[in-house]
Amino acid sequence: MPKSSSGLVSKSLAVFAKDVHLELRTRYALNAILMFAVTTLAAVSFSVGQSGLPPKLLAALFWIVMLFSAMSGLAQAFIREEEVGTALTLKLMSDPDPVYIGKLLFNFSLLTVMAALITPIFFIFTDAPASGIATFILVLALGVIGLCSATTLVAAIIAKASVKGALFAVLSFPILMPLLLVLVSATEKVLDGGAIGDIATEIQFLVAYGVVMVTGSVLLFKFVWQE
Amino acid sequence: MAVVGPNGSGKSTLLMTLLMLYRPTKGRIEYTDSDQRLEESRLRSLTSFVSPYLNLYDQLTAEENLKFFATVAGGSVTGKQIDHLLAKVGLQGRGCDLVAEYSSGMKQRLKYAVALLKSPAFLFLDEPGANLDEEGKQLVAGIIEEYRSHCIIIIATNDREESSLAEKQLRLGQ
Repeated sequence: MPKSSSGLVSKSLAVFAKDVHLELRTRYALNAILMFAVTTLAAVSFSVGQSGLPPKLLAALFWIVMLFSAMSGLAQAFIREEEVGTALTLKLMSDPDPVYIGKLLFNFSLLTVMAALITPIFFIFTDAPASGIATFILVLALGVIGLCSATTLVAAIIAKASVKGALFAVLSFPILMPLLLVLVSATEKVLDGGAIGDIATEIQFLVAYGVVMVTGSVLLFKFVWQE
Repeated sequence: MAVVGPNGSGKSTLLMTLLMLYRPTKGRIEYTDSDQRLEESRLRSLTSFVSPYLNLYDQLTAEENLKFFATVAGGSVTGKQIDHLLAKVGLQGRGCDLVAEYSSGMKQRLKYAVALLKSPAFLFLDEPGANLDEEGKQLVAGIIEEYRSHCIIIIATNDREESSLAEKQLRLGQ
């Protein structure tokens, strides 16, 4: 096989493209995420309807829907490799870094698609104020990065366990809790008519969380992958 | 070299440990080149493995599998090279089929194609003839013959015919 100049970027993109390809053919994670999102949003809409919920409750509802939809699908990236027995082949053929970065990109794309579908439905169903939509999208983007970076590493850790679902929830909880609290706080302020200056502290935290989680997980992944 | 021994004697475990997939409970394994310890990524590029424990992506075609594994291994393959590899393992004309549609013997042949994507210095074969018909076994014997001059081949097997291909035997479990 001739050596190519392909480095980390093209190897990571190959893992990402392979996962997209497999997902489009099987709809394994996408179906799980969409079904959870749709049923949860429908339940929220039927139970509270357009009854003018306070911003704090709306923000909490939104991130609960996002969190559980993400948790139902994002773990599949590694679980599927272990369950179908391709993880071993991947370990023999690839360095760990491209595998993690490719999976992280895939989860980020999946969650972005999910957020793009959930957000408009959420605003329609709950009649949430959409005046600060640009700031809302900024918070959403930072939240998606935080959720992906944290859950992708946890997914790699739990992929070999027999009780995957419970372990995923238990391990994710302490890592995601600070992120969720800040996301709910920022979203509440945005829905309450706050400008970007009002959530400067939250944005600083979210950026720092994303940077720390992505860097930390890239550095730690090889130890998880090789165990 | 052939590693032989009864079921459960640790043949596959030994191969996995030599491939650094398992950590030895005692001692250590080192690969050196001119007294220089080989780094793990360098070692990965020099080793190939065929085993019933390895799986390929069922929902990708054989060509897609080969292209993907070639890229993540740090190289690239052209369509012509893929055709050559598939012909070498007796899968010519089946490159566009999903691996899910392959029989177990065809999947085993494709594993050889993936293993030969690299130019291995160490070729590990765990039950090399598993799921293969007579023609497939001949094909494997041909690959072993072709690579033995420039490659260290370690075979884990219970099959007398396969173990007879080796110059040395390591017997486990006795």
